[in-house]
Amino acid sequence: MTIKIVAENLSKVFGDDPGQALDLVRHGKTKDEILSETGQTIGVQSVNFSVEEGEVFVVMGLSGSGKSTLVRMLNKLIDSSDGTIRIDDTDVHNADAQTLRKVRLEKVSMVFQHFALFPHKTVRENVEYGLKIAGVPARERRDRALAALDKVGLSAWADRRPSALSGGMQQRVGLARGLAVDPEILLMDEPFSALDPLIRRDMQNELLELQGELKKTIVFITHDLDEALTLGDRIAIMKEGRFVQVGTAEEIVGNPADDYVAAFTQDIDRAKVFSARRVMETPEPLDIGSHDLATARRRLDELGRDSLPVLAGDTLAGAITRQSIAEAEQRGETALENALHRDIPTAEPDTRLNTLYSACGSGLPVAIIDADGNLVGVVRPEAVFNLLANETTGAQGGDAPAEEISAEDAPALSA
Amino acid sequence: MWQPSDLFNLPLDAWVETVIKGWLVPNFRGFFQAVQAPISFVLEWLDTTLQTIPMVAFTIALALVAWAVASRGLAVFTLISLVVVDLIGVWSQTMTTLAMILTAVLFCAVVGVPFGIAAARSDRFEKGLRPVLDIMQTIPPFVYLVPIVMLFGVGMTPGIIATIIFALPPIIRLTNLGIRSVPEDLIEAAYSFGSSPRQVLWEVQLPLALRTIMAGLNQTLMLALSMAVIAALIGAGGLGLTVYTGLGRLDVGAATEGGLGIVLLAMILDRITQALGSEGSTRTPGLLETLKSFFSKRAPATSPT
Repeated sequence: MTIKIVAENLSKVFGDDPGQALDLVRHGKTKDEILSETGQTIGVQSVNFSVEEGEVFVVMGLSGSGKSTLVRMLNKLIDSSDGTIRIDDTDVHNADAQTLRKVRLEKVSMVFQHFALFPHKTVRENVEYGLKIAGVPARERRDRALAALDKVGLSAWADRRPSALSGGMQQRVGLARGLAVDPEILLMDEPFSALDPLIRRDMQNELLELQGELKKTIVFITHDLDEALTLGDRIAIMKEGRFVQVGTAEEIVGNPADDYVAAFTQDIDRAKVFSARRVMETPEPLDIGSHDLATARRRLDELGRDSLPVLAGDTLAGAITRQSIAEAEQRGETALENALHRDIPTAEPDTRLNTLYSACGSGLPVAIIDADGNLVGVVRPEAVFNLLANETTGAQGGDAPAEEISAEDAPALSA
Repeated sequence: MWQPSDLFNLPLDAWVETVIKGWLVPNFRGFFQAVQAPISFVLEWLDTTLQTIPMVAFTIALALVAWAVASRGLAVFTLISLVVVDLIGVWSQTMTTLAMILTAVLFCAVVGVPFGIAAARSDRFEKGLRPVLDIMQTIPPFVYLVPIVMLFGVGMTPGIIATIIFALPPIIRLTNLGIRSVPEDLIEAAYSFGSSPRQVLWEVQLPLALRTIMAGLNQTLMLALSMAVIAALIGAGGLGLTVYTGLGRLDVGAATEGGLGIVLLAMILDRITQALGSEGSTRTPGLLETLKSFFSKRAPATSPT
C-alpha cells in the first residue's frame, strides 16, 4: 500500500496574524480564549493524518469543527497557516501556481455539498469541465464525459440543464464531473448532506459500488456518523479543529477515545458496526467419528455451554445442543450422529451482526467459517444480543461471557 | 451677521480656469485630439451607413430583429414606430441620433466592462472607483459641457464624449455587481478543477453575469438617449438638435417631432436590449399586450407569468 496523502501538523487560522494565534495554541490556549484575545478564529489546529491509496478516509464532525476547511486545504482552495501537506511527492502547501494547477487537473478532484454545478452549461458540459480546462480535444472529452455519466446512470440527461434534475441526480452529475478527469484522489465535502434520507442511502450504496470498481483514494467529509461508519475504511472524529480519534468503525464505536466520541456513538446501531469476529467464541468442536453423546455432555458441562459444533474430519457436520442430546438419550441412542442438527447457519468472520439476526433466530449456534473453509469460531445467539444490550446501556458490568469476550478481543483490535 | 466669506474668498473658479485653460488645453491638446479619433471614426462610419440604408430596408430589418429576440408584438410596434418617424419627417435625424447612441454605447461597453471586471476582482480598485462613478452620475451634464468644449471643441464627437461620461456608470456598476454575485461555490468548483483565473472569468463568471451586464447595457443605452438633447447644446446633431432648435425658436411643433422620435427610438431599443438580457423565453405576446407592457412599470416584453 502506498501512502497517497500526508498531512502533518496542519493548522489554519482565520485572521490577520496567524503566527500569534498559533503561538497561543502552542501555549495551550483554547479556541475561545484565542478568539476573545486576538479576534482570530482557529479553523484547524495541528492535525496529522495520512491516507493510503484506495482508502476511504472519512472526516466526521459537527458544523464549525473545521472539516470543510481541512478538506479545502488538501487542494489549497484554502491556504494552510502552518504544517505540510503532501500528495504523492508534491508539497501542496508550498506549490507554485503551475504545480498546483497540475495537481488539481490530474490528481485531485472535488465534489461539493451543494453540487456547485454550472447552471449555464448542460449536464454534459458540466461533466466535461475539468477536461476542457485540461485542454482535452472536444471529441475525446465528449466521449469521456458520456462514459462518466454512464457510470452514474445519467447519460440520457446529457443535454439537459442541471436545473431540470432532482437533487440526487444533480449530485450524481457532480460525482461524474469529479470522476470524468479520472483523478487519483476524490475529495468529497458533505456530498450527500443536502439530499433527503432515502436518496442519501442510495447514493452511499452507489458510491460504495463505484468505489469497489474504481478504487480511488477518497477523503469524505460528513457530519453524519452513520454515513461515516457505512463508508469509511477509517474515520477521523473532529472537534474544534482537532482530531479527537482516528480509527476504523469498530474502534470508534468499540473504544471511544473520550466522552465526546462516546456521546456520538451512543445512538449508533452497533450491529451495523461490529462483525461476528467480535462475539465469536473458540469452536471447541467435537468429532463425529471419535466422540459419543456422553463425551459431548461432559464437554458441554466443562465448558459451561449449551451447544457445540461437530466436525466430520475437517468439514463442519452440524451442531449438538443439550436438548438434542437429551432427546437422543431418551431414544436410547449413544452415537453423536443421532443428536446432530445438520443444517446450522454459517457466516464469515467479517459478517456484520445485523445480518446475523435471522441466523440467530433458529436458536442454534452460528458457525463462523473463514475464507479457507476452516471453522474458526461459533457465535451463540445470546452472545450477539448480550453485546448489543451491554454496549448500548454503556458497560454496566454485564454478565460473564460478554466481559470475557471483550477482554479476549481487545488486544486483537488494537493490533 | 459675520460669515467666513467676509474675511476671505476661495477663488475656486480662477483655479479651475487656470488648470484647464493654462495647463490642460495647451499641454494636452494632442492627447485629447487622439482620444477623439476612434470615436469620430466609428461615428462617421455608422452615420454614413445608416443614412445610406434605404428607410424601408432598415425598418424591415429592425422589425425582424425585434421579432427574433423578443416577440411578434414588438416587431409590429417597431414597424409602425419607424413608419411614423418617417412620416413626421425626422428619419435622417433619427438615424444620426441612432448612430450617436450606438457609438456612445459601444465605447461605454468597451471601457465599462473591463472596468467592471477589474472592480469585481479588486476591492481596493472598487473602493477607488466608487466615488468617481458617484460623481459621474450626480454631476449635472451642463457642468462638464464647458471643459469638454475647451478640450475637445464643438461638434458631434464632443457631444458623444459627454454622452459617454454620463452613460458609463451603470454598465461598470452592473458588470461589477454581476460578477460579484456569481455564487462562491461555483467559483470554488471551477478552481478545484485547475482553472486559471482567466478561465474562471470566461467559463463561469462572465456567462453567469451576462444577464446583469445586459441590464447595465440597457441602462447605459437609456442614459445615452436621454443625453441626446443636452449633447445638441455643444453641436451634436440628430433629433436632439431638432428639439433644441425648436426650443430656441419656440417652435413647439418641431420640438414635438424631435421628442416623439427620441421616445419611439428609446422604446424600441429598450425592449430589444431587455429581451436580449432575459434568457430563453419563446412566448410571443400579442400587439396589445406588448403596447400595454410599454406602459407598465419596466416589465420585460416577454415576462413569463
